[in-house]
Amino acid sequence: MKDMISPKRSAKAKSLKKVQFHYCSGCGHGIIHRIVAEIIDEMGLRENTIAIAPVGCSVIAYEYFNFDVTEAAHGRPPAVATGIKRIHPDKLVFTYQGDGDLAAIGTSEIIHAANRGERITTVFVNNAVYGMTNGQMAPTTLLGQRTETTPLGRDALREGYPLKIMEMLAVLPGVQFLARSTVHTPQEILKTKKLIKRAFDVQLHGHGFSMVEVLSMCPTCWGMTPLEALDFVRNRMIPFYPLGIIKEPDKNENGQYGKEQPKK
Amino acid sequence: MKVLTNGNEAIAEAAVQAGCRFYAGYPITPQNEIPGYFARRMPEVKGTFIQSESEIAAINMVFGAAVAGARCMTSSSGPGISLKQEGISYIAACQLPVVIVNMMRGGPGLGDVSPAQSDYFQATKGGGHGDYHMIVFAPEDVQEAYTLTFNAFNYADYYRNPVMILGDGILGQMMEPIEQVNPSFELPLPEKDYILDGCRGREARSMMSLFLREGELERHNAILQEKYKRIQEELCLVEMVDVDQSDVVIVAYGTVARICNTVMREASNEGIKVGLIRPITLWPFPAKQIYDKVKNNAKVLVVEMSAGQMLEDVKLALNGKANIDFLGRMGGGIPLVVDILKKVVSMKGDS
Repeated sequence: MKDMISPKRSAKAKSLKKVQFHYCSGCGHGIIHRIVAEIIDEMGLRENTIAIAPVGCSVIAYEYFNFDVTEAAHGRPPAVATGIKRIHPDKLVFTYQGDGDLAAIGTSEIIHAANRGERITTVFVNNAVYGMTNGQMAPTTLLGQRTETTPLGRDALREGYPLKIMEMLAVLPGVQFLARSTVHTPQEILKTKKLIKRAFDVQLHGHGFSMVEVLSMCPTCWGMTPLEALDFVRNRMIPFYPLGIIKEPDKNENGQYGKEQPKK
Repeated sequence: MKVLTNGNEAIAEAAVQAGCRFYAGYPITPQNEIPGYFARRMPEVKGTFIQSESEIAAINMVFGAAVAGARCMTSSSGPGISLKQEGISYIAACQLPVVIVNMMRGGPGLGDVSPAQSDYFQATKGGGHGDYHMIVFAPEDVQEAYTLTFNAFNYADYYRNPVMILGDGILGQMMEPIEQVNPSFELPLPEKDYILDGCRGREARSMMSLFLREGELERHNAILQEKYKRIQEELCLVEMVDVDQSDVVIVAYGTVARICNTVMREASNEGIKVGLIRPITLWPFPAKQIYDKVKNNAKVLVVEMSAGQMLEDVKLALNGKANIDFLGRMGGGIPLVVDILKKVVSMKGDS
């Protein structure tokens, strides 16, 4: 595990710059960055990719990804991605967003980009907390979970329920691929890699909008050791946010997924 | 050949002629003819029209299109332009060439749908967060709306800066015969060496406005301010009519300046000489030209459809040199020729 996220190993992906991540010990971002970079290497798409970084801990993703990356205002990556993809329909365009960016301030942009069936992919990192601003409640914070702004634990009467964005998006016809995964074990990391690759495939085949939610650790803001944080994902997050493919394109008569849609 | 068209559609066609191939916007009166026109026109030129879910999404879509290298535009009116301020600040920070149209209506708040000029501060002084400026063009008629919009795209690319077309409900809705002749643009457009289109054969690029390392953001701001200074030196556009021998000089922009043309004629019939100064760029404001032209102790009347916003720039420009009076209507009221004339007569009588 430790070896897998070390800067030395990460630098082997061409799609990662040879710099050290700034992320805290036990954070999931470094792992997810590396998975995405490896997929893009394997698909040979480094020179044909444009990514949109969010506001949050991964705001400077462009310092790590070795392909074209733009920043976007908080919550707006799906709108920015829409503009980019419509101008460059043949490029791989993906947004990388956290739970505050996507599920709070950016709910409007994600729902409508998904509903338009934009041929973009979203990598949604859900660590159930606002990491960059010191650990406030996120829309995805679990009931009972303590954060800086829910010091007594999240109470449904006061703060409402954790938001299941994937289940909300699943009803939209423009959405073609949805999956939820985690990076708290090596096996799950490999599964996550397969799912994100699948999501990119769905985009490149023009099926429609695709998104993978990755449950991730934030030991710093959860007030835990990195190992305790892995247990939190296993014992608290996964039971509430079930893993697996939530939606995928229909198979056609040849047993392949979906029919290519005309380009926008 | 002349074409009968309204200001909104003239602006949209000028954009298409200038090579704009991406438009995103959200409906709001009095500018609905702009998205309506693009919805019909963009498919004919293989461009993209998107009716966005919000003004915020629209401005961020054009952010994306500009990052991708396309000529692009969005439009709205007061309440929607307020929502776009976040995106405009990012666009200015990233130095992206985007054209934004504001067909002003009465405010504040939801206000009304009648013409107004009360978004002058918002357009010329920044509007969003941070130290930045948009170039702001204020056309007075449909013909000028066409030509200024066409060149707005060139200036946006030339300076790598957002440009606003600031009109009002009258300009947007009024139909006039115009020549759809594309104006010339002599300045060489720089190569777009910042766009993101996949890093084939080059280093990976990034587009951002976050500068966390010590001193970096101040250096970035200095670059922006240097550019703004250059724009102020190079781009001030102003029309001046009969200012030299006048009893009273009116300063007005946009459709109000047209009303003041009538005032000039009517005043002349009564033996009063009225001059007119009409800023065409509101930012950069033609302060030096105005200062040089207006005589010491001249009588200057600023007329606006606001409580007095450009008035402040005129006062700064003249710096105590002249006696400045103001006539304004608010909340969608339009200054009448008879009222302006009355004011002019009383100002002349004061001497």
